[in-house]
Amino acid sequence: MLKSLNSPSVEENTKYKAIVIGGSAGSFQVMVKILSEISNTMDLPIILCLHRLKHIRNGFVEALQIKSRKKIIEPEDKESLKKGNVYLAPSNYHLSLELGNKFALSTEDMVNNSRPSIDLTIQSSSYVFKDKIIGIMLSGANKDGALGMSILKKRGGFCIVQDPLESTINTMPNAAIEQANPDRILNTDGIIKLLNSLKLS
Amino acid sequence: MSQLIEDIEIIDLRNLIHVIQSQYNYDFSNYAISSFKRRVIRVIEIYKLGSVKRLIERVQSEPKFFKDFLSEITVNVTEMFRDPTLWRELRDKLLPEIYSKLKEVKIWHAGCSSGEEVFSMAILLKELGLTKRTHIVATDIDHNIISKAKEGKISLKNMLDINDKNYTRFMPSNSLSNYYKVDNNYAFLDKTLVENTVFKEHDLVKSEVFTKFDLILCRNVMIYFSQSLQNDVLNKFHQSLFIGGHLIVGSKESISWCDANVKFGIVNSEEKIYRKIKD
Ligand SMILES: C[S@@+](CC[C@H](N)C(=O)[O-])C[C@H]1O[C@@H](n2cnc3c(N)ncnc32)[C@H](O)[C@@H]1O
Repeated sequence: MLKSLNSPSVEENTKYKAIVIGGSAGSFQVMVKILSEISNTMDLPIILCLHRLKHIRNGFVEALQIKSRKKIIEPEDKESLKKGNVYLAPSNYHLSLELGNKFALSTEDMVNNSRPSIDLTIQSSSYVFKDKIIGIMLSGANKDGALGMSILKKRGGFCIVQDPLESTINTMPNAAIEQANPDRILNTDGIIKLLNSLKLS
Repeated sequence: MSQLIEDIEIIDLRNLIHVIQSQYNYDFSNYAISSFKRRVIRVIEIYKLGSVKRLIERVQSEPKFFKDFLSEITVNVTEMFRDPTLWRELRDKLLPEIYSKLKEVKIWHAGCSSGEEVFSMAILLKELGLTKRTHIVATDIDHNIISKAKEGKISLKNMLDINDKNYTRFMPSNSLSNYYKVDNNYAFLDKTLVENTVFKEHDLVKSEVFTKFDLILCRNVMIYFSQSLQNDVLNKFHQSLFIGGHLIVGSKESISWCDANVKFGIVNSEEKIYRKIKD
């Protein structure tokens, strides 16, 4: 509480440079809603890691793109992160961000039975952005992402978890709440409202 | 992923890389840092070493340990008929085109890992009746994985869960099981498929260009390299191709920022097939 007296609230704080979002079962519709309702003036890059079917290489981006106001890109290896875009981890690859704001892909073993792994995307993004990143954890059926969120939080990032009561499957939000001690627990509308009220530098 | 990821500093990794370079002449200084760091942590955990310091000590004092380290630090995850759409493109378009122009074709699998891609190609060539007109060289930095590749021995689980499924997407009317026998939870691929394939150790970073090819496959290898190393390796591939020869990289890899890019034309942007158009 003391901290929030001295430092501006998340909405007022102009330090944020990126948003990273993880989700699995039950997160697709939430993501569609978020992407269709966040305003274009909120131009922080968004890094998305959603669990998805391995053999379906195409179609997922298109499905997310339909209602999205922002351009959704499945980055190629070493592609640069740019403002205003949404980057989605490709199927069957892990997605990391490296210093210099470039993405790196990898076919390493699955982490938490997942490739892409949310832990890995969140951890590497928070390594690059330190306290200047907002992490959001959505509905899902395993614990992937919880460790990543706890690391993001420790580095000073801002941690949001979808309200387990609203989540279709709450295993992932609950794990993140337990491990990361999030700054906010919000439903979808709350997440959208917060993102739209961010003051940008 | 482990909590250790927080404790390892870039400087530790630099020290490790330095020791490896001076003692064993392998250069990891231009590998992509995010995956390299995770691999180092993995080795520390597998061998219960606790710290990079201890890892460096063992690498320094035990050459035999270094060999195992090399196998663990490289990412060997691979699949037969990975990206079935590429294999269909090879079958229906690229290979017929290449073989219509050439009597004999030389193919290089660079970074072949445990051989899944090599066997896939061998099966495809057999189905097309092109085996006799083909010379294949398959290379990897890791001696252990090359020995494994030669064996054609694949865990039954991978064979059923991954390879069979990819193959069915590639060729719904046939079954991959025609090419292997099952014994004791392993699938043994028909070794005659790779009778004429030369497997050898080769380090894309330090080894010289050794001959020229008509087709090079280097998929999901350069993702482990930094951009500057990707640039160097692409130059090597360029030198290793005849004019009109083809290069195929992984489905999420790009060569567009490399210097040699201007000497390649795009044949299929989706499947990442390029053709050397200039010397
Ligand atoms: C992920 S596997 C790719 C296997 C296969 N090409 C595929 O796409 O499924 C990467 C391989 O690259 C090899 N590799 C890594 N560095 C190398 C180097 N400097 N020279 C040759 N091979 C290397 C690794 O040992 C590993 O077997």
